Amino acid sequence: MAKCFINGIGVIAAQDVLLPTDQFSTLNEDVNLAVEPVYKELIAPNLIRRMSKGVKMGIYASQVALNEANVTVPDAVITGTGLGCIEDSEKFLKGILDNDEQFLTPTSFIQSTHNTVGAQIALRLQCKGYNFTYVNRDSSFEMALLDGLMQIKADEEQNILVGGIDEVSDHTIKLLQIAEIIRSEKNKNAALYAEGANFFALSNTKQENTYAEVVDVIICNQVADVNTWITEFLAKNNTSISEVDAVVMGINNTEVNVQYNQSLLAVFQHKTILHYKHLIGQFDTASAYGLGLAAQYMKHKKVSDNFIYSGSIGSVQQVLLVNQNFGKDYSLVLLKEAN
Amino acid sequence: MSKRVAITGMGIVSAIGNSVAENFDSLKNGKIGIGKISLFETRHQNEILVGEVKMSNVELENSLHLPHSHNYTRTALLGAFAVKQALQQANITDCNDKKTAFISSTSVGGMDFTEKYFYEYFENTEIERFITSHDAGHASHEIAELIGLEGLVTTISTACSSAANAIMLGARLIKSGRAERVIVGGTDALSKFTINGFKTLMILSDTYNTPFDDNRKGLNLGEAAAYLVLEAEEVALAAGKNILAYVAGYGNANDAFHQTASSENGDGAYLAMEKALKVAQILPEAVDYINAHGTATPNNDLSEGRALIRAFGDKVPAFSSTKAFTGHTLAAAAAIEAVYSVLAIQNQCIYPNLNFKTPMQEFHLIPETKFVSAPIKTVLSNSFGFGGNCSTIIFTK
Repeated sequence: MAKCFINGIGVIAAQDVLLPTDQFSTLNEDVNLAVEPVYKELIAPNLIRRMSKGVKMGIYASQVALNEANVTVPDAVITGTGLGCIEDSEKFLKGILDNDEQFLTPTSFIQSTHNTVGAQIALRLQCKGYNFTYVNRDSSFEMALLDGLMQIKADEEQNILVGGIDEVSDHTIKLLQIAEIIRSEKNKNAALYAEGANFFALSNTKQENTYAEVVDVIICNQVADVNTWITEFLAKNNTSISEVDAVVMGINNTEVNVQYNQSLLAVFQHKTILHYKHLIGQFDTASAYGLGLAAQYMKHKKVSDNFIYSGSIGSVQQVLLVNQNFGKDYSLVLLKEAN
Repeated sequence: MSKRVAITGMGIVSAIGNSVAENFDSLKNGKIGIGKISLFETRHQNEILVGEVKMSNVELENSLHLPHSHNYTRTALLGAFAVKQALQQANITDCNDKKTAFISSTSVGGMDFTEKYFYEYFENTEIERFITSHDAGHASHEIAELIGLEGLVTTISTACSSAANAIMLGARLIKSGRAERVIVGGTDALSKFTINGFKTLMILSDTYNTPFDDNRKGLNLGEAAAYLVLEAEEVALAAGKNILAYVAGYGNANDAFHQTASSENGDGAYLAMEKALKVAQILPEAVDYINAHGTATPNNDLSEGRALIRAFGDKVPAFSSTKAFTGHTLAAAAAIEAVYSVLAIQNQCIYPNLNFKTPMQEFHLIPETKFVSAPIKTVLSNSFGFGGNCSTIIFTK
């Protein structure tokens, strides 16, 4: 059975800081837009004009990951997104509602489907291989990762691009504030929201610049006993909580999440715990940033203090990523030092 | 990866029936489900025909015994209705007695309610709970909760090929040992959003759709949900289950040609079929019937036809598109057609490609136009979507 390595990472997030070893500041806004790169460095200007933000972010981040891994065309493209191309969806829907279904043009409809980013990446790279898009809230990215991992482990493919993309859009933000998902005057304890794109070049071949090995991924919509679930997952992978050097948790400490986070934290007492959602915000594929953070930490053996929730930074051979939101969409990702 | 993937249950609700038996009866007796739209007001009322499920939201709610405070949109209601049938046929009362996953798919998610309440949400607190039913994952989460499933739940959205990919992922989870049983399928309700979207692309027909006909004018949109219960063969046999058919092969490829149009020679479609045949370890001549994507748009049927000729040469098996019965049900299409494929194996028959009169000029492909009996061991089902997403599933006896 082949191993699955992370050989390239591309990140666009709410803070313009490339390495998690640099200093970040804690987010304060209810909604935090991504700091967008100079797209024309990697995308032709005539294409940029027609692309929505999610597509631009996705293409840019994916190209950075592929470049780093030295892959021209991957064998498969697998993306995850919670809300998909919400900006174009809104635009097309407003056109329908505001003008009584008249004077519509197809562009925003064409770009509104959830698979637009994956499709545009494939089109641009002329990648005719496997192409999937997962749209399942907080485990959208982890399912993309699990899918890629399964194919590499089974020797079906050699190089797979996986990523998570989510963009914010005005009307949807307002609705999610009414629904108390995003912080506002109505609910001061709801999440600080954001957007971003995080892509990874997975490969069956270890390279000089390999970050880490993805050992296993598990997803569960609801978990009654987190301790047993985590222990069994680690045991299945011939390891244990005591052998895990650090835990990277998607902690979004909104009121509804406190109890779920508490029971997870109780499993990892006295462990080094890193967190990131206070720095890059909450969105359905925010946990993909956590994978980048964990991979960078394993490679550089250090991260900035901003990420440390508890414990200290030191030698690191195994990292466990944990994520959930509203007590749903639990996921675990086990990383090992590449060797 | 040697485990065989058995199908032990199916559930369906479409324009041609609210159960597997009703759907088969309609296919057998040429009863189509296409007509004028009645679900909601649209200014295109008289220019289009659609395939509506003949149950209202209230009827669906009642049959599911949902509490009054639920926030199911029609997409979730249709999905839950079909999932329950599938579990019943597979004789599953406890979803967690085996390692079970649920993989759903949708293209519009809760758009049918979002478009109704988009501005009203700001004024009416009564409907606030539907805000969080917009996203594609909502229906999957609600259905998982309804059937009490605690395990892997995920949702796929690759436009009109979505449910084929759900079936494919389900089969792969079983083969890799990550699940013993997977409920797979898709659900999509009709919405103004999709009707206007396809309208702007000028691929909606104002008549009954005519797949693979030279004078085809486009598609009729439809709504549906269908789910299949997949089980590792040894798990199904140990439980004494009746195996309806097997998922023997699957292939996924990207056409990488255009965001909405298919390539002239059907590269993606051809690659998907080729991969599926390889996974199933069968030669093209082993395929007895092809349930084509056949949307009746000028572009799809030409591209798919060319891909069929590339994959099967001058021996293209008997084929038909069932979309003249149901309309194009988007993310659910591959799921309802999976049910029809299994029924073709169970009943040893081929469905008519209705409304076909004139062969296409570009090639000599003539679909089956009558309901006929035939020995059917292997069925290949195609589904293609926006974004170049092409998928093929092969079902065997």
